[in-house]
Amino acid sequence: MNGLHKPALRILLLVASLAAWEASVRALRVPTFILPSPSQVGAALYRGAVSGIYLQHLWITLAETLLGFVLGSVVAFVIGTALAISRRTEYFLYPYIIMFQSMPKVALAPLVVVWFGLGLTSKVVSAALIAFFPLLVNTIVGLRSADEDRVDLMRSLAASELQIFRMLRLPSALPFIMAGLEVAMVFSLVGAIVAEFVGAEAGLGMLIQSRNFSMDVAGEFAVLFILAVLGLLLNAVLVSVRKRVLFWDPSHKSVADAPSLKGGL
Amino acid sequence: MAEVISVKGLRKEYGTARGPVLALDRIDFAVGEGEFVAIVGPSGCGKSTLLKILAGLLPATNGQVELRGVTITGPRRDIGVVFQSPVLFPWRTVLDNVLLPVDVQGLGRNGNISRAMDLLALVGLHGFEHRYPWELSGGMQQRVAITRGLIHNPAMLLMDEPFGALDAMTREGLNLELQRIWLERRETVVFITHSIAEAVFLADRVLIMTPRPGHIAEEVPVAIPRPRSLDAMGAPEFSEAVRRIRAHFNAKSRIEG
Repeated sequence: MNGLHKPALRILLLVASLAAWEASVRALRVPTFILPSPSQVGAALYRGAVSGIYLQHLWITLAETLLGFVLGSVVAFVIGTALAISRRTEYFLYPYIIMFQSMPKVALAPLVVVWFGLGLTSKVVSAALIAFFPLLVNTIVGLRSADEDRVDLMRSLAASELQIFRMLRLPSALPFIMAGLEVAMVFSLVGAIVAEFVGAEAGLGMLIQSRNFSMDVAGEFAVLFILAVLGLLLNAVLVSVRKRVLFWDPSHKSVADAPSLKGGL
Repeated sequence: MAEVISVKGLRKEYGTARGPVLALDRIDFAVGEGEFVAIVGPSGCGKSTLLKILAGLLPATNGQVELRGVTITGPRRDIGVVFQSPVLFPWRTVLDNVLLPVDVQGLGRNGNISRAMDLLALVGLHGFEHRYPWELSGGMQQRVAITRGLIHNPAMLLMDEPFGALDAMTREGLNLELQRIWLERRETVVFITHSIAEAVFLADRVLIMTPRPGHIAEEVPVAIPRPRSLDAMGAPEFSEAVRRIRAHFNAKSRIEG
């Protein structure tokens, strides 16, 4: 069993798959505009990296994603907190939230571009809209998850509601909030890319679409590869933050245990 | 002996979908300064309801509950509570958990850190101050909870089956510990349990609580001299007290069959 976890075997499997891909594309003479070979993708990656074109678009997409993530998360946290602590707010806002939640948010992207233009703003808004729900739902569930015995303990000490929130409810909600943030980060990237598809002047999503139109499929694969790496890095940052913040949480070792990921795209 | 707590004609009704349910009825008792009183009764006899009323977490339907002559109307700053589970905060170290009442009540950490250290040493947790609760055994966690219950110098310590979730060996050890701590500090303690032996071993006086509705059927004073060793459980006074208490529950269960 141990052999399965050896890194050398993993790398070997990767090399073998790439070689099989390369060999079959060449042997079957698959046209490049259908499926490019790994070597063609590698060459496209190299060309773009040298010319600086990837970096230029990468920064824009990264900025859109991060700004959208921050905006969506802050708004979701504030509204989630209001809904969790006030039944009145929940009563009035919840129907709209349910309605909005069951709608595919990516479908709003064209409208967002019409309203906010072809620049950065529409991408940030689109990213924020999609990032909003996972954190909203997890904030509400998290803030309501505080153990009743712990609430009783705080009450028995004559703690104020604010103290109970700050010292108990908020820390208890952190595992949920961190899980929500991880999903929100990936969703922000999706929101930014989709808005770039609809209409943009720059960004990796725009680059994918323009290469698709010009049948530069190898170049398109190169951008997809960059997006995958970007998604991995953004997630890795959040995972390391979570490990620091939630050192006390026994469930932090496994993402499978992470609370609900409801509130899809 | 000055009265710390005085309960007169206490009655508690819960409203349910099928009408009101009487949880506690005609409860009268008093606990003196420095006295260790145990309330013993089977599960569901309203012990925890009574404790919550004493802690100010639940309002009484009728009757009077006074702490040092002042009616209890809500949570107070001078009551320490130890629950059945340790109820520690996993993001706080042992020391920070003990200091929770200090933080909540704004008593200032400066003078209280050394007090917390002394108390932790008293319960045998010297050297564990900067550990986290999840690094400790169940028995050690409950000692942290007891320390937290004492840190703000409460007028009364309420303990709700604090050792109920522990194995029998750990439980006996902690009973000895609790007696030692109590002999040193002479806190006023109300100790709720469903173990007759535990109640007799620890208490100066045992209040017998019978269920439906919860009612104090009898008071049994325990005159065994302190410090009591575990061997004291073999003493004739001990067996006599246990027999007297058990008689109430056996009679009841025969009737209800």
